[in-house]
Amino acid sequence: MNTFYKYAVFLIISLVIVAGIVLPIPNIPALGDKARVLYFHVPMSWISVVAFVMSLWYAVRFLKSKEISYDIKSFSAAQLGFLFCILATATGSLWAKFNWGSFWNWDPRQTSIFILLLIYGAYFALRSAIDAEEQKARLSSVYAIIAGITMPFFIFIMPRLVETLHPDPIINNSGKINMDTSMLIIFLTSLLGFTLLFLWVMNLKTRLEMLKYRKSLKQAQ
Amino acid sequence: MTSFSVISEDLSKKYSGKTIFAGLNFKLNKGESAVITGRNGSGKSTLMKIISGLISPSTGKMKFIKNEVELEKDFIKTNMGFVSPYLNLYDELTALENLRLFSALKSRSGNYDDEKLKSYLQLVGLYDRRNDEIKAYSSGMKQKLKIAFSLLHEPALLMMDEPRSNLDRDGISIIENIAMKQKENGILIIATNDEDDLKLCDLKINIEDHKK
Amino acid sequence: MKDFINNVRIVFLKDVRSELRTRYVINSLLMFVLVTISIIRFAIGDEKIEDEILTGLLWISIFFSASGGLARTFVKEEEKETSAALKLSASPTEIFAGKLIFNLVLTFILNFLILILFILITEYNIKNPVLFISVLSLGNVGLVAASTIIAAIISKANSKGTLYPVLSFPVLLPLLLTVINATKLASAGINPGEIMGEIQILVSYTVVVITASVLLFPFVWED
Repeated sequence: MNTFYKYAVFLIISLVIVAGIVLPIPNIPALGDKARVLYFHVPMSWISVVAFVMSLWYAVRFLKSKEISYDIKSFSAAQLGFLFCILATATGSLWAKFNWGSFWNWDPRQTSIFILLLIYGAYFALRSAIDAEEQKARLSSVYAIIAGITMPFFIFIMPRLVETLHPDPIINNSGKINMDTSMLIIFLTSLLGFTLLFLWVMNLKTRLEMLKYRKSLKQAQ
Repeated sequence: MTSFSVISEDLSKKYSGKTIFAGLNFKLNKGESAVITGRNGSGKSTLMKIISGLISPSTGKMKFIKNEVELEKDFIKTNMGFVSPYLNLYDELTALENLRLFSALKSRSGNYDDEKLKSYLQLVGLYDRRNDEIKAYSSGMKQKLKIAFSLLHEPALLMMDEPRSNLDRDGISIIENIAMKQKENGILIIATNDEDDLKLCDLKINIEDHKK
Repeated sequence: MKDFINNVRIVFLKDVRSELRTRYVINSLLMFVLVTISIIRFAIGDEKIEDEILTGLLWISIFFSASGGLARTFVKEEEKETSAALKLSASPTEIFAGKLIFNLVLTFILNFLILILFILITEYNIKNPVLFISVLSLGNVGLVAASTIIAAIISKANSKGTLYPVLSFPVLLPLLLTVINATKLASAGINPGEIMGEIQILVSYTVVVITASVLLFPFVWED
């Protein structure tokens, strides 16, 4: 990754942090200044979902090709997804504390992210319980796919159980964008910045895991 | 006369980065036999598992050719018998039930020929104990039953991994008889370090020579 | 197709016969059910518990009993090293289907036993029994579908016992949430029409999981 990319990511995220905290925010009923969390919370949630989908995609590629590098990518994406999932949970429950009165109240959105955390946890538990590299890759890929295909059911199930109180910041049910222009610009810049950050760290992580794998091969020889 | 041959094409296996063997090529025709040798832990059993299709090789492939046609996976099952230490039969079933089960599964029709199964049990000397659950068997008797298992459907390819383990003198002469017969009617592959087995076979494959 | 059904039947009957002889799964499961139900009974005491909570308790008993038994079918083949002989004799799909049916029969027997005991010891009042039984059965099929492929996965891993609930819970959660809700409503005496949505989710969950399992099982089964 070239230097320009790194500086660009640094610049964009610094800008978002400063602008997100300092710039005035339009008065949204019942949210007010607390709405600022969306600049950070939404990109985290977005990335944790993107990383999960990437991990699944590489799991499928691995099973098709049995190429261990795909498994390394799948594992790296899962690790980063887990990290961003924790960040999204933390920022979300901080906001919930000040808006809903408690850190955790089993809102459907909270339940969904909790399940995503559980799946990641189970995936890592499975990986650590298998010794042989090829078998670890094969079984954890199968598990990721099985878990991945059951996830979409929550989209149908959750609304039946409880009504969510979670705001729809980007596009609400009537399809209207709820933010004024300055807010939207900061939000989209933040989304871009954190996605670029994720892709950069993903690249680093994959290379690191690849080196670790090669080293273990050398030691085995 | 049906023709049958087993071909290994550039077979290799890596395990967690360790090369077990590489660049392994051989071809065996009906009436030929091979012995696989190598130190303990050198990968004899791994090679046997790959030939039998229990595990897949890292590169290369195994081909089974019957009457000039390459066999599909489902049909390899009825053309191959396998005796090995890591292949066990069901403890809670009797000897005859075990053979019936696997014979029916392999034929895919749900049928088995009881007379034939009994003749296999007679051959390995377990006929009198045919209705005992095999958890009561000694390890030598279990080994004999595994040999009967490997003979189901009179396989064109018979594979034996350490066939002499746990066997008494009777057992060993049974093995030798079966091996001699198999060499005439089909293909025999033995994985062993036993001097007597080495003498039985035409082709010798030493895993140590295929490490790189 | 006929060959396929033949072999599925043989694998299934083999498991039934093994189980009847060893009673390995049945005995420990029966004890498990008795212990769970007694604990619930002692915890309740003489209190009158609402039916909604009883439904939740019922599914807790079902989930944990299933986690004690369903994994055994595959774990046993690995522990006794009988899987190689099976692999050499039948195709992965045949084996998976046979084991799936065996697990289905096992869970059905078990869960109806749990249900009967449950009704006997608590004052569980089911107002629409036909709908309740149908929903419970649908939930069972889904539970078994997801558990069987997970059982196959963990049979190849270390620490098999503790891994099963960890792996199965997130996968089963959509099913459990739906079926708990549906059985709750059925026991409250609702019309079938009103839980059509739940029933659709249960059916599609089961179909999706079984399809994926059949496609993925060969990767799990071959070493």
